[in-house]
Formats: sequence, C-alpha cells, structure tokens
Amino acid sequence: MTVRIGVVLFPGSNCEMDAMEAVRSLGGAAEILWHGDAVLNGVDGIIVPGGFAHGDYLRPGAIARFSPIMGAVGAFAADGGPVVGICNGFQVLTEAGLLPGALQKNAGLKFRCAPALLRVATTDSCLTRAATLGAELQIPINHFEGNYTCSPETLAELQRDDRIVLRYVENPNGSIDDIAGVCNEGRNVVGLMPHPERAVSKLLGSDDGVPLLRSLLETASALSV
Amino acid sequence: MKFSVQVEVRLRPGIADPQGATIERSLPTLGFDGVAGVRVGKSIRFVVESVDEASARSEVDDMCKRFLTNPVIEDSVVSIEALESVLA
Repeated sequence: MTVRIGVVLFPGSNCEMDAMEAVRSLGGAAEILWHGDAVLNGVDGIIVPGGFAHGDYLRPGAIARFSPIMGAVGAFAADGGPVVGICNGFQVLTEAGLLPGALQKNAGLKFRCAPALLRVATTDSCLTRAATLGAELQIPINHFEGNYTCSPETLAELQRDDRIVLRYVENPNGSIDDIAGVCNEGRNVVGLMPHPERAVSKLLGSDDGVPLLRSLLETASALSV
Repeated sequence: MKFSVQVEVRLRPGIADPQGATIERSLPTLGFDGVAGVRVGKSIRFVVESVDEASARSEVDDMCKRFLTNPVIEDSVVSIEALESVLA
C-alpha cells in the first residue's frame, strides 16, 4: 500500500505544494490537512511545512499552535506517529511543546536564504534513519528566525540523549551548538530549519534531501502496516 | 470593573538579543556613546473586564504564560490600572 503523508496547511503556509511534490516524487501519496479541521484522515505521517502561519503575528507559530488540527497532530505524535516540522513548521512544533527549545531571530539580524551544508548527527530519528551518520548534506535554508535556543539543561539533555538530528557545518544563524534540527524523546517528532523538500532533484541544485524524506516515508510505512 | 492592562514582554536574562545588540552597535555612529545593555521587547495593551484587580491579574498572568510569551525565552511584567472605580 502507498504510504500517505498529510501536509498541514495554515493560512500563510507557503511550502505545502513543494512538500507534497517531494513526497510524490519518492513514491508516496500526499494530501493537505486543513488547519481548521481536527482530523488527520488516517494519514501515516505528517509534515508541518514552512511559511508564515498566521503571519507570524506575536511570534512564529504562537497562533498556529492553537489551530484545531494541532490537537490531532499532538495525539498522533503521542501515539508514535512520525511528524516533521520544516522551518516555520519547526517553530510551530516548539510553540506547541512537541519539541524543546525556541527559534529566535538570527544572530546579526540577517535573513538567510542560501544552500547550507548540514551534518547528520544521529540516524536514530524518523527523519534520518535512511541517512548516513556524519554524512554532509547540502540543503537550502530560508529563514529569519532560525536561531535555535534552549536552556543549558535542555541542551545537555539533547546532547546526552543523542537528540540533535542535524548540525550546520558552518553556523548561519547563531543556533546553539550549531543545531539545525532536533527530535523529541520518542524520536518520532523532528523539527529542522532547512528545507529538504527543496532538495529532491539535481535540477534543484541538490538531491540531498532525498534520504531525509525517504526516512520519513519509511517510518510512516513501517507504522502503517 | 474594567482594567487597563499593559504587558511588557521581555527576553529573559541571559538570552541573546540580536535586535538589541544591533541597536547598541548603531548608537555610537549617531554620536550616542556610553550606551550599554540595550534589550528590545514588546508592549501589549488591552482592556480587561473582571470582578476585581486580583482576578484581572490572575487572568492576565495566565494569558502571559499560555500565549503572550514563550516561557523558553521570554518573561513579562504586567501593569494593571482600574479604569472605573466602584462607587463607595
């Protein structure tokens, strides 16, 4: 059976079509999950895509986290379902408390839009199980508030429990410990600032996002059986 | 009773403030020397209706905790002022 990925659409999301196209290019099925509906239509995995949900008013993700869909996403995650938040989606997941820490304005106040080199820091997550530990991946970043911040206690916990999923080779935004992506305790919820859905074909400049999204599809597929 | 509320949202001590740092670096170019410790926050104002000041404050504190601030990086200072006083 084809694995089905739901892509959450908030007012102001703008990467949902790219995410669906990327999933389909890897043989999965993709569908939109509307933020106002509290149902997931039985999907096997979820992507919370990038953009500016609710205009990023107050703080990125601060309003989106109260959308009806987020209760269902939280329950799905608590049951072990794979959830990946990309860019604004990462911000939404931290605001929702599904991931630790927060994303602050970039150091130097620069909006960063460029290819970034990432290093796979663990393969024990729903986004990296098909990747190679230590591999360097070139994936675009496109954000103003991607400066990952957390308390020293949380950072120590993330390091101790191998929950830092991806690190920047050259830190573009001031993130603590060069963090580009982290996962939850269950390792089934991952948030990252870079956009793997924009790196699934050499025509786009890189297909290094493929092992990441393939990991999500494999995790979703294993759970759907 | 109606209360005028001002919530000042601030970055917690020790959290880096890229906006504050940029402003601080810019001030000397305009001739403002000797400025240190610039921090940028937000001010949110509204009117809330409540039976008394204590219950207004507790409602606003709850708002701050659950929505107006992100407790990972921010805290808040709340000022409350009665708009109409109860007639004696």
